[in-house]
Amino acid sequence: MLSIKNLKASVEEKEILKGLNLEVKPGEIHAIMGPNGSGKSTLASVLTGKENYEVTAGEVLFEGKDLLELSPEDRAREGIFLAFQYPVEIPGVSNINFLKTALNEIRAYRKQPPIEAKEFLRLLKEKQKLLEFDTTLANRSLNEGFSGGEKKRNEIFQLAMLEPKLAILDETDSGLDIDALRIVSRGVNKLRSSKNAFIIITHYQRLLDYIVPDYVHVLYNGQIVKSGTKELALELEEKGYDWLKEDAQETTLKPSFQ
Amino acid sequence: MSTDIDILKDVSTEEYKYGFTTDIEMDIAPKGLNEDIVRFISQKKNEPEWLLESRLKALRHFLKLEMPRWQNFELPPIDFQAISYYAAPKKKAKYNSLDEVDPELLATFEKLGIPLSEQKMLSGVAVDAVFDSVSVATTFKTKLKELGVIFCSFSEAVQEHPELVKKYLGTVVPYTDNIFAALNAAVVSDGSFVYIPKGVRCPMELSTYFRINAQNTGQFERTLIIADEGSYVSYLEGCTAPMRDENQLHAAVVELIALDNAEIKYSTVQNWYPGDKEGKGGIYNFVTKRGICKGVNAKISWTQVETGSAITWKYPSVILRGDNSSGEFYSVALTKNKQIADTGTKMYHIGKNTRSRIISKGISAGHGQNSYRGLVQIGSGAENARNFTQCDSLLIGDECGAHTFPYIESKNNTAMVEHEATTSKIGEDQIFYLNQRGIDTEKAVALIVNGYAKEVLNQLPMEFAVEAQKLLAISLEGSVG
Ligand SMILES: Nc1ncnc2c1ncn2[C@@H]1O[C@H](COP(=O)(O)OP(=O)(O)OP(=O)(O)O)[C@@H](O)[C@H]1O
Ligand SMILES: [Mg+2]
Repeated sequence: MLSIKNLKASVEEKEILKGLNLEVKPGEIHAIMGPNGSGKSTLASVLTGKENYEVTAGEVLFEGKDLLELSPEDRAREGIFLAFQYPVEIPGVSNINFLKTALNEIRAYRKQPPIEAKEFLRLLKEKQKLLEFDTTLANRSLNEGFSGGEKKRNEIFQLAMLEPKLAILDETDSGLDIDALRIVSRGVNKLRSSKNAFIIITHYQRLLDYIVPDYVHVLYNGQIVKSGTKELALELEEKGYDWLKEDAQETTLKPSFQ
Repeated sequence: MSTDIDILKDVSTEEYKYGFTTDIEMDIAPKGLNEDIVRFISQKKNEPEWLLESRLKALRHFLKLEMPRWQNFELPPIDFQAISYYAAPKKKAKYNSLDEVDPELLATFEKLGIPLSEQKMLSGVAVDAVFDSVSVATTFKTKLKELGVIFCSFSEAVQEHPELVKKYLGTVVPYTDNIFAALNAAVVSDGSFVYIPKGVRCPMELSTYFRINAQNTGQFERTLIIADEGSYVSYLEGCTAPMRDENQLHAAVVELIALDNAEIKYSTVQNWYPGDKEGKGGIYNFVTKRGICKGVNAKISWTQVETGSAITWKYPSVILRGDNSSGEFYSVALTKNKQIADTGTKMYHIGKNTRSRIISKGISAGHGQNSYRGLVQIGSGAENARNFTQCDSLLIGDECGAHTFPYIESKNNTAMVEHEATTSKIGEDQIFYLNQRGIDTEKAVALIVNGYAKEVLNQLPMEFAVEAQKLLAISLEGSVG
């Protein structure tokens, strides 16, 4: 589904991603961990086409298409969704109106007619229930005055509504209370299928107790320096990242895990 | 990849959609402004002597005045002698029914989305259409008549209801008010007249549609709305003009009078031709609008969505004379390319417990300049007066400007005046967020702008709120991406 090869990217002349490789297949969940500033959010930004991120080398294929050629909105319409680490507020734009616009843009791209009002309402109710998402929040302006946790839940609510093929969750767990974490995780597990995939960026192993990843990768200094199964997350929790740093010096010379 | 500033630098250069002209035989007065021209207009309209006299008085006053200098923009010189002050479709000065109206004219209004045949009308909206200097058609007249509501062109009111016109004309905006008010009083061409009798709640929106067509003419209409005790009316005006390289002057006067317990809601969707990208051509929209809450518990509410005109210069105001009366001003003003808007309101608190609320949302794109100018004046007898002002500016790109000039004058220490102001830019992050959900940048900007203006758009009658939303989106369309 997603194939990243030797991806290098810079912001303001500073190289952040330094030859990153990653292969994601349908049905898989990949967790990405790594110290602050290692480039996790940058990877998400590059994949979704945020401006000012310049790709200097490498390629990214999404379902065989050259992802880097596409505009941000077309990447979204192709089925890539990013649950932002810091969702923005858009005053006065109703959550529901926004979701309907987004859904219809994606449908139009796929040559489908706009969703019928009744069907949209049904979908809205279904997903609200799935994520125990407060109706009043759904009806409010987009993230305006939402608490940190509410914003994160809204991201996952949008994810549920738009049903992307590849969802990238950037630290969705930070800011969620214990109950919310459980609810959101349960929701993600229900949305999981053999056709879609998730990339979950997190600092905490706790989330991975709820959403069990197929692979765990460690991103350090712009590269994936170690990959493993969920046991790796436990090991990281215990030992931190220092023990990987020496390895990292070596891996820069040879291609890492694919 | 371009930055959001690049993307949005000249967002908004979409061609003006109402810029066509109508080929029709016109009666046009020779250019120039003098007593003969004023007599000519008055005679064309078969006016009574008192009206001619008041026109002449206004003209003499006008000729003594100079252009104001306090505005926050450079006012290009206006040659008042180079303008023709009367232009009318030749066929007839007055139409008794739509059958008599030139089909070409009806087609023009169709094209503008204002069908005048009653079966095609938006249900619940009565329309008066003013083409250059005369009113072309007023719909739903009979239905309104049954309730005693008078809704007709200004000229017709002069003929049919002279006592009402004489009693109220110039009482809220006297010709001495300002130079454009004087000009208007001298050369008033046509306009709308509304009278709502005691206790009547007008069952439909009343709407006037103004269209400038002829070249080298100005439009000087006068609107007079009187809401008698305990009555209610919601009134809407819309405007467009052809694309021309010369600037055209629109100097209208609107007077609203609300008696005891009456309410007037006045909405404007102004889309005069704004000029081209370089700022060539466009309408000078210099309008004096004022209402008076004459009686107790009276209420006047102005809502305006201003997207057109090369220069918009106006301050719809309310004189809060009656105790417990209230005034509101809701405004969205969008300037792009080289457009200028210097607009706001004045609230004069005179009666006790009077309240006013001002919500102003400026949007500047391209090289657009947007100024909010407002006055809240609390008289010494205005016990417990309350004002709330919220004045926001939204910037799109780096070359536009937003300015605010709020003035507060209070002579009563029981008054409470609150003022809030914000300036924001459409953020790159906001646009990217919407892009990431599959929404392109043009739509994203429209969504953000409509969200920003929502509090004002919500004040408009339903049908028009949708129109205004589209208008904002269209006005911002352009070379995005
Ligand atoms: N727009 C930018 N301008 C300058 N530096 C940037 C920009 N975006 C990212 N960086 C830098 O790139 C590096 C990687 O940042 P990134 O946000 O990807 O880290 P992260 O792994 O997501 O960290 P965290 O765990 O704290 O979220 C950091 O040093 C950051 O300061
Ligand atoms: Mg991050």
